[in-house]
Amino acid sequence: MSESNTRVVVAMSGGVDSSVAAALLVERGYDVLGMMMRLWSDEALGGPAHNRCCTPEQMSDARRIADQLGIPFYVLDSKDVFRNRVVQYFIDGHRDGFTPNPCLQCNRHIRFDWLLKNALALDADYLATGHYARIDQDRSGKYRLRGGVDIEKDQSYVLSVMGQSQLARTMFPVGEFTKQEARALAKKYGLNVEGKKDSQDLCFLGGKDYRDFLRLHAPDLMQPGPIVRKNGEQLGEHQGLSNYTIGQRRGLGLSYDVPLYVLEMNPADNLLVVGTGEELGRDDLLADSVNWVGGEAPARPFRARVKIRYKARAQPAMVELRGEDQIYARFDLPQRDITPGQAAVIYNGDVCLGGGVIRKFEEMERARGRSETELICN
Amino acid sequence: MRTRKQVYLDYSASTPVDPRVIDAMLPYFGEVYGNPSSAHKFGSRAERAIEDARMTVAGILNCQPSEVVFTSCGTESDNLAIRGAGWSARHRGAPSRLVTSPIEHSAVTNTVNQMDELMGFDTEIAPVDKFGIVDSEIFGEACKCGGALASVIYASNELGTIQDLPLLSQIAHAHDMLMHTDAVQAGGQLDLDVERLGVDMLSLSAHKFYGPKGVGLLYVKDGLELAPSQSGGGHEHGLRAGTHNTAFIVGMAKALELAYDEKDERLRHFTKMRDHLIQGISDRLSCAELSGHPDRRLPSHASFVLHGIDANALMMHLDMHGVAGSSGSACKTGNPEPSESLLAVGYSEDEAKSGLRLSVGAQTTEDDISYALDVLERAAEKLGKLKREMAP
Repeated sequence: MSESNTRVVVAMSGGVDSSVAAALLVERGYDVLGMMMRLWSDEALGGPAHNRCCTPEQMSDARRIADQLGIPFYVLDSKDVFRNRVVQYFIDGHRDGFTPNPCLQCNRHIRFDWLLKNALALDADYLATGHYARIDQDRSGKYRLRGGVDIEKDQSYVLSVMGQSQLARTMFPVGEFTKQEARALAKKYGLNVEGKKDSQDLCFLGGKDYRDFLRLHAPDLMQPGPIVRKNGEQLGEHQGLSNYTIGQRRGLGLSYDVPLYVLEMNPADNLLVVGTGEELGRDDLLADSVNWVGGEAPARPFRARVKIRYKARAQPAMVELRGEDQIYARFDLPQRDITPGQAAVIYNGDVCLGGGVIRKFEEMERARGRSETELICN
Repeated sequence: MRTRKQVYLDYSASTPVDPRVIDAMLPYFGEVYGNPSSAHKFGSRAERAIEDARMTVAGILNCQPSEVVFTSCGTESDNLAIRGAGWSARHRGAPSRLVTSPIEHSAVTNTVNQMDELMGFDTEIAPVDKFGIVDSEIFGEACKCGGALASVIYASNELGTIQDLPLLSQIAHAHDMLMHTDAVQAGGQLDLDVERLGVDMLSLSAHKFYGPKGVGLLYVKDGLELAPSQSGGGHEHGLRAGTHNTAFIVGMAKALELAYDEKDERLRHFTKMRDHLIQGISDRLSCAELSGHPDRRLPSHASFVLHGIDANALMMHLDMHGVAGSSGSACKTGNPEPSESLLAVGYSEDEAKSGLRLSVGAQTTEDDISYALDVLERAAEKLGKLKREMAP
């Protein structure tokens, strides 16, 4: 199959990475078309409620770049599926006392399912995105998901939900480059996006605080309740569990002889559990909804590196299977930032083997262990 | 990119300018460039061209040349008619009521809404039946209390349905109301004889009948008082200030003249192409339901509700295969609102996001139609399958 007979849909955001991805594919001679998803945003929060991924400016930037590259550009109405699959997941997760990562959910259900299927329906052979990750095949022909060349920008964490059928139909053209190189390419291609900043906050909040969002959509989560130590000693009152993240020290409104940190949220009893620095941190985790990129779970326990947050470093651990889609990981050293709801992603070198969603601590205690921490996505 | 056939089936959105029209316009850019309002010979030559154009138009509308007001587009004509009649009525102390239909072009709807919201006009909307025909009885009820103006679209841009304007005009006049019609889609295809239609004002836009974009007109019946919506110099009997766009006015008159000189053969062709489309879609797409009136519809216009198909995504699929169509809800920003016209004739919100409009024109061939039908059938199949796959 020659490039000119290979159709690639590029998910364009108007930013540096996806614009460079599109330009690279055009230069390589593919039959490229650009697509942007119109995602849901919260109009009830007031102000110009645009999803960060599809503001009018980004849409017109993406359209301009597509025009410059001589490729068609379409916007796909994806509001409903995004609201149902991603936003609801975020709200439900908080309700259940998790700190959910909606970006993985988006990649699983929106980008590499809904968008991919729409691309394939347009006779595309591949979907390309501007992610910093790489795809290759091992000797047996299996697709592998590898970290991007730029270790600082590696996005394989949020892509760990992908499987063989998705990887076979996906391209990450900028994964071979560093961010700096991507900016240089943007300049070389005259895309006029190289100065743009990377985005950080959750796209559907429209720049607003997630606490305001939850206050609106899950007011029951914002009920004040007791702040306690593990032994039950009551120290004060919290302002609603969703205001806090594990490991948080400031803003607790407590005076105590040693610094106290959030150890745990207990939505069943509306308790915020705090403790000292020594109590914070644990050396194991339990994760479920595990996806194996290669398609099947390893038969035996194995040594690997496990990444517990998007921005964390992967840490050495022993990983073993627990039941159908659960893993239990024991780290060589205690980790301070283990946060229920975030993903635990497993690596062998730079190859991403898969990952799952970190369960709550009480379940881990049962699976055995100690304690905790933080949030946010990409 | 793969090269592929291009089939334009969106003549209701706009048409290519007829080369004969371009030829007629060309002298008025570089040769006859004087300001038509100037007293010198340069001005007089331009003025002559404009007055000739006015005569031509008046001949087709069966009105006096002095009753033709040149504007910049159909939207401006609608604004002048509604705002002008409304303000004038208010100035005279006449009732500030406006009667309209739920299937108007946004140029009418939003002007009426603004007069309602900002200026305290009362608005009555006479409903339509499932084909988009205005209920004349309720229309009569709405006109009963009198008012400034009734405005009903001659042929619907989304449904293609043609109203019984002589009847509606008669009803409006019986209650001392003025009758305006947005005839933008009708221009070039339907009878524009204002005597027969009975209307007091009628809006047209040149680019719907193979003339240039950026020029339109409003027929204003002699003796009718209108407050100008654009004030300035005394152009166009003081109703529309602004230097005349000589070349475009000449072009519009030429295009209108050609359309009515060649009306019979054009309409024969349009009707034949349209009927092939309607037949083909009805035969091959089980999800398709003809929207609008089966017979009383524009010769160039075929419209459907494709049940279960996202019109926004369909437009993308058609465009990928070089077929240009339209829908009442699809938009470039992926944020479709249900079509007001489809809602008005009784479709649900989902159905009103599943509209498809294909409109044929002078350049449409049999070959185009069969290609478009193939593309449409495949796209509908794929989108139907996708929808089933994604169902929760």
